[in-house]
Amino acid sequence: MEKQLKLIIESLLFATDKPLRVRDIQGCLPDTGLPEIVETMETLRHEYEAMDRSFSLKEVAEGYQIRTKPDYAPHVLRMTKRSAARLSTAAMETLAIIAYKQPVIRQEIERFRGVDTGGILRTLLEKNLIRIMGRKNLPGRPLIYGTTRKFLEVFDLHSLESLPKLKEIKEFGIGEAQATQTHKNETPAASTVQEDAVKTETGSTDSEF
Amino acid sequence: MDYKVKLEMFEGPLDLLLHLIHKNEVDIFDIPISSITDQYLDYLELMKSLEMSIAGDFLVMASTLIHIKSRMLLPGRNEGDEEEDPRLEITRPLLEYMQLKEMAQELSEREILGRDVFARGDATSFDEYPDMMPKPDVTLFQLMDAFRRVVALGEQPGNLTVSLEKWSVKDKVESIIALLRGKPDIFFEEIFAGNQDISELVVTFLALLELVHMGLIKVFQPSQQSRIRLSACFDEGNPSVYRGEDGKTA
Repeated sequence: MEKQLKLIIESLLFATDKPLRVRDIQGCLPDTGLPEIVETMETLRHEYEAMDRSFSLKEVAEGYQIRTKPDYAPHVLRMTKRSAARLSTAAMETLAIIAYKQPVIRQEIERFRGVDTGGILRTLLEKNLIRIMGRKNLPGRPLIYGTTRKFLEVFDLHSLESLPKLKEIKEFGIGEAQATQTHKNETPAASTVQEDAVKTETGSTDSEF
Repeated sequence: MDYKVKLEMFEGPLDLLLHLIHKNEVDIFDIPISSITDQYLDYLELMKSLEMSIAGDFLVMASTLIHIKSRMLLPGRNEGDEEEDPRLEITRPLLEYMQLKEMAQELSEREILGRDVFARGDATSFDEYPDMMPKPDVTLFQLMDAFRRVVALGEQPGNLTVSLEKWSVKDKVESIIALLRGKPDIFFEEIFAGNQDISELVVTFLALLELVHMGLIKVFQPSQQSRIRLSACFDEGNPSVYRGEDGKTA
C-alpha cells in the first residue's frame, strides 16, 4: 500500500505543471492523512537524489514540483528556443523591496531606490511577479503592492518566510566602522546614535514579515 | 535624432553616491561631505555635457548634499553634542540601499525558474509568451553597415540611372528563399549578387529585413571579424510559407 501511495503521488507530480499542494493531493486521496503525504514526498525526494537524476523534487509556492537541475539549463533552453528569463538590476531591486517590505506603496519603494519606479512596477505586474493588494488610506489612496504566487515559483521559495534572511544593516559598514573607531574614540556618541537608529529599522523590517 | 545615453551603472543618485564612496575608499559612517559633494556635482556637470537627461532625483540629492555641507560648516556643533550628525541624512538611506542591493543579489542568485531550473510542461517563467522569433545575433546597425559596403561596391560615379521600380519586396523575399534552399547558410553579400542597381539593392535589403522580422531567416556572425551570414529557419518541406502581400504566414 505504501508503495502504491508513493506511485500515485508520483503520477500526480508527473502530470501537473503547477506546484502540487498537499491539499490538492488530499483531494484525490481523501483517505490519506497529511503527514503521510508529506512523508511520501520526502521518500520520493530522497529516492530521486539517490538515483542521481537530472531532476529533483522541490518545495515551491507551498507545494511540490519536479524541476530539472541547473546543470541542464543550457540544453533545456536550446530545446525551448528561449532566452533565459532575466530581469534588469533595477527590476530586481524593486522586486526585492516589494518582497521584503510588503505590503508596500510606491512612495516607499522610491524612497529606497531614490528613483522613479513607475515603468518597472508595470513590467513586474505584466510578468505577474507582483500584484496590487489594495489601496492605502492615505491622501491620493496609493496602491499597495505585494508579491504573487508566481514570484514564489520563479524564485524557488516555499513561502515568503523562506526568503533569505536579511543581513543586519550594521554588517555593511562594520569593517570600516571598527577601523575608524579605534582612532576616533573621541566621538563615540555619534556611532551609538547610528547603531540605535539601525537597530530600530531592522527591527521593524522583521516584524513586517 | 535625439540620442540619450543611459548609464546602467548609475541608475539613481544613491548609486552615484555609493560609487563615489567606493571610489574614494571612504567610510560610510564618516563621509568627507565636502569632497563627495564636489565630486557629485562634477558628475552632474559631466552628465549635462554628455546631454544625458538628469532626473530630478539627482538634483534633490545635490541639494541635500549641499545642505548637509552647510550644516557641517555652521558653528555651534560641539563634540558630544546631543544633535545628531547631519550626515546621517544620507548615511541612513545609503545603508538601506546597500541592504537592498544585497537582497536583490540574494534573490537573483537563487535557482530561478526559466533560467536555471525548469518544470514539466511549463517552460514559461518571466515571460508568458514564447519567444518564437529568433533574435538576430547581428544588430540592425551592423546590418546597415554591411549594406552600406555593398552599395559602395556597386557605386559607379557618373553612371546614375533612374528606372521605374521593377522589383517588389515579395519578389526579393522569394529569391532570397530560393538562394537559401538546400544550403546551411550563405554570405550576406550573396543576396546582392548580379548587377543590381541601387533601387534593387534597397528592395533586396528590405526583403531581408522582412524575412528576419517574420523569423524565417537567421542573421549571424560566427565571430566579430567574420562576414555576416544568413541561414534558413523555415521548414524545408514547406518553403513557401510566405504568402505575399497579405502578410500571412503559414
